[in-house]
Amino acid sequence: MLDLLSGFVGELRNAGLPVSLTENLDAMEAVKHIPIEDRDAFKYALAATLVKNEQHWRAFETVFEVYFSLRGPEYNVGDEEGNGEFDPDSLEEWMSQQMQGMGGRGGGQDMSAEEIAEMLFRALLNADEAMMAAMARAAVTQFAGMEPGRPVGGTYYLYRTLRNLDLDGMLDRLIEESSQRYDGEMTPLAERLEREEFENRIEQLKREIEAEIRRRLVADRGVEAMAKTLRKPLPEDVDFMHASREEMANIRKAIQPLTRKLAARLARKRKHKRRGPLDFRATVRRSLSYGGVPAEPRFRHPRPNKPELIVVADISGSVAAFARFTLHLVYALQSQFSKVRSFVFIDGIDEVTHMFQNEEDITNAVHRVNTEADVVWVDGHSDYGHAFGVFWESFGKDVNAKSTMMFLGDARNNYHSTNAWVLKECQKRARSVFWLNPEPRSYWDTGDSVITEYSTYTDGVFECRNLRQLEGFVDNLA
Amino acid sequence: MNETMFGDLSGVREGLAKVEYLADDGIASVVFLAERLGKPVLIEGPAGTGKTELAKSVAAMSGARLIRLQCYEGLDEAKALYEWNYKKQLLRIQADRGVDAEHEDWVELQDDIFQDEFLLTRPLLEAISAEDKVVLLIDEVDRVEIETEALLLEILSDYQVSIPELGTIMASQIPLVFLTSNNTRELSEALKRRCLFLHIDYPDLEREKQIVLTKVAGISENLAEQIARVVRSIRQLELKKAPSVSETLDWARTLVLLGIENIDVEQAKETLHILLKYQSDIEKAAKELTVEA
Repeated sequence: MLDLLSGFVGELRNAGLPVSLTENLDAMEAVKHIPIEDRDAFKYALAATLVKNEQHWRAFETVFEVYFSLRGPEYNVGDEEGNGEFDPDSLEEWMSQQMQGMGGRGGGQDMSAEEIAEMLFRALLNADEAMMAAMARAAVTQFAGMEPGRPVGGTYYLYRTLRNLDLDGMLDRLIEESSQRYDGEMTPLAERLEREEFENRIEQLKREIEAEIRRRLVADRGVEAMAKTLRKPLPEDVDFMHASREEMANIRKAIQPLTRKLAARLARKRKHKRRGPLDFRATVRRSLSYGGVPAEPRFRHPRPNKPELIVVADISGSVAAFARFTLHLVYALQSQFSKVRSFVFIDGIDEVTHMFQNEEDITNAVHRVNTEADVVWVDGHSDYGHAFGVFWESFGKDVNAKSTMMFLGDARNNYHSTNAWVLKECQKRARSVFWLNPEPRSYWDTGDSVITEYSTYTDGVFECRNLRQLEGFVDNLA
Repeated sequence: MNETMFGDLSGVREGLAKVEYLADDGIASVVFLAERLGKPVLIEGPAGTGKTELAKSVAAMSGARLIRLQCYEGLDEAKALYEWNYKKQLLRIQADRGVDAEHEDWVELQDDIFQDEFLLTRPLLEAISAEDKVVLLIDEVDRVEIETEALLLEILSDYQVSIPELGTIMASQIPLVFLTSNNTRELSEALKRRCLFLHIDYPDLEREKQIVLTKVAGISENLAEQIARVVRSIRQLELKKAPSVSETLDWARTLVLLGIENIDVEQAKETLHILLKYQSDIEKAAKELTVEA
């Protein structure tokens, strides 16, 4: 048990979760109080002591499933059967019991594809969870075609299983069936809700199938190997450039609090800064109560300094994925700062502040920027030099001592002239100039990247490939 | 510590259900563990999912007194821990002076005025020194600055408070401590390490339905089911602020008051403003509900 737990904790650390020694000890202590046969309680006990960030829950769950799924029976009954080995016989037996419960259809593995589909259909219709789990097993056995030792990933088996099940067709049938059951005409709202309910159940089924495949893979390959293949970067380590749709959604959710933090940072700075200059009048007035001795100097209140943000972002193809993120960041910033002006460029530059301002919905705003902004000057390949030149000509006068400037881009200039003097001028006038670069540091200044040339005129260039780095940037700002 | 306040795991669940708080497995396990291990619980999650309510319910269920510390920016020792009642101390000194002026021994006086009698207990100290059972709720702990957070560490790990003039006050019994956070900023590692972590998310369909059924008087099961489904459907949209459980309950109450038994699109649209608080969200949801059909 101890070994198992420390292996588990080790794997969590490998996956990137910060688990401290005390937390480890807490987990050991916690498990003692939990009735060991209660798997859910066991899981939550470990989670409560080891995972202190909601974003890490998924990683935890995956590792947990790998480490503790097969060993379940060991705790349950206390006998040594099922000791890490996948036991097809007991499964089959259990399944046929389930079948008999459903009305005498027997036969475990021998079921045809149609039968499985039919049973699955009924399970989904009646939201029978035990049945769904059983069918998931049957489906995997039947369709995935898993062979021991075959070096393919779980996704391959998942794909094969799902292709055979035709869940989309299933969904249509389910809705049809349920609307027939419904007495009278179904209102559109009811239909929509019904559809969502079924979609939800099917989603559950998919998860069940995935879990089943994973269980079998673990049995085949062993825990450590499996845990390794399933290891995914934590949300804060996901690279913006290569984020999947789902990961992107997570990142988007995380941006909002981050901008709030940024705003708070800049605001706090002005609160904690030293007090204003000496207020001579008030000091003299005070000195009267000390017989004319200015014993208690008074200071003026510093003028509140409203930070103004100017964001200049590259949205060209080379940083397409990053640009998507950038636009979300800009949108979020706009809601936190009283004054944000945003510009986007490829080889031309255009102000997009108004597009974000009048748009309540971020997806619309992004769409508008991508379609309406006039950012192409000649050929639609990045030309930082020209874009910056135009920026200075048209908007340079708006840069003043209050403004903080943020440049977002990879500084890949396609060998055009750099016009770095624009940044130099900006730095002279603005409060500070930062540059966020979505490329790994090792790529900087290779090929047509001219980041160093620009960086001499900034207050810092930051590598910004994932949320962790972005957060680091925000933290360092104060 | 007092042995097993709740018996076992299912005891926690049933106890909470009795005070009308429907806990899922995660919540019940963590509350149970918190009591067994004598550790504080840090609760995180979106607004309006019952974080504060959980602490209140645990207090109600175990018959303990709830001591609440609402956090805000600028909260300091004097308001969270203890403060010397300096007015009373001043009075004491003055009173002394009147009686016998010869005995003006400074050390003696100092000992005299730094005593329990002159100590104003604030929530944290009160929870520690309480004789009866207490549940300490530190609400919205993410609102205080990082520096202030450190104040909590001594209490949370050792259940004691050090007062320079008096020495260390140990807890006579370990109180159950709940901290809630809306996650507006990352809490320090030191704080997290000392706590059990519980994330309360929006409830799933079944649980939300049960919550509506328990909390709203006179609602039919059918309506509760529909409400839960519509709310889930709305939560799936990309909104500025998804409807919380408390808003679901408000909506359910409204529908009951209006005497609605089956929700149709028109009624849903007319009452959306109870569920959603941003005009843009309301418009979006209204559009979604009609179009999708």
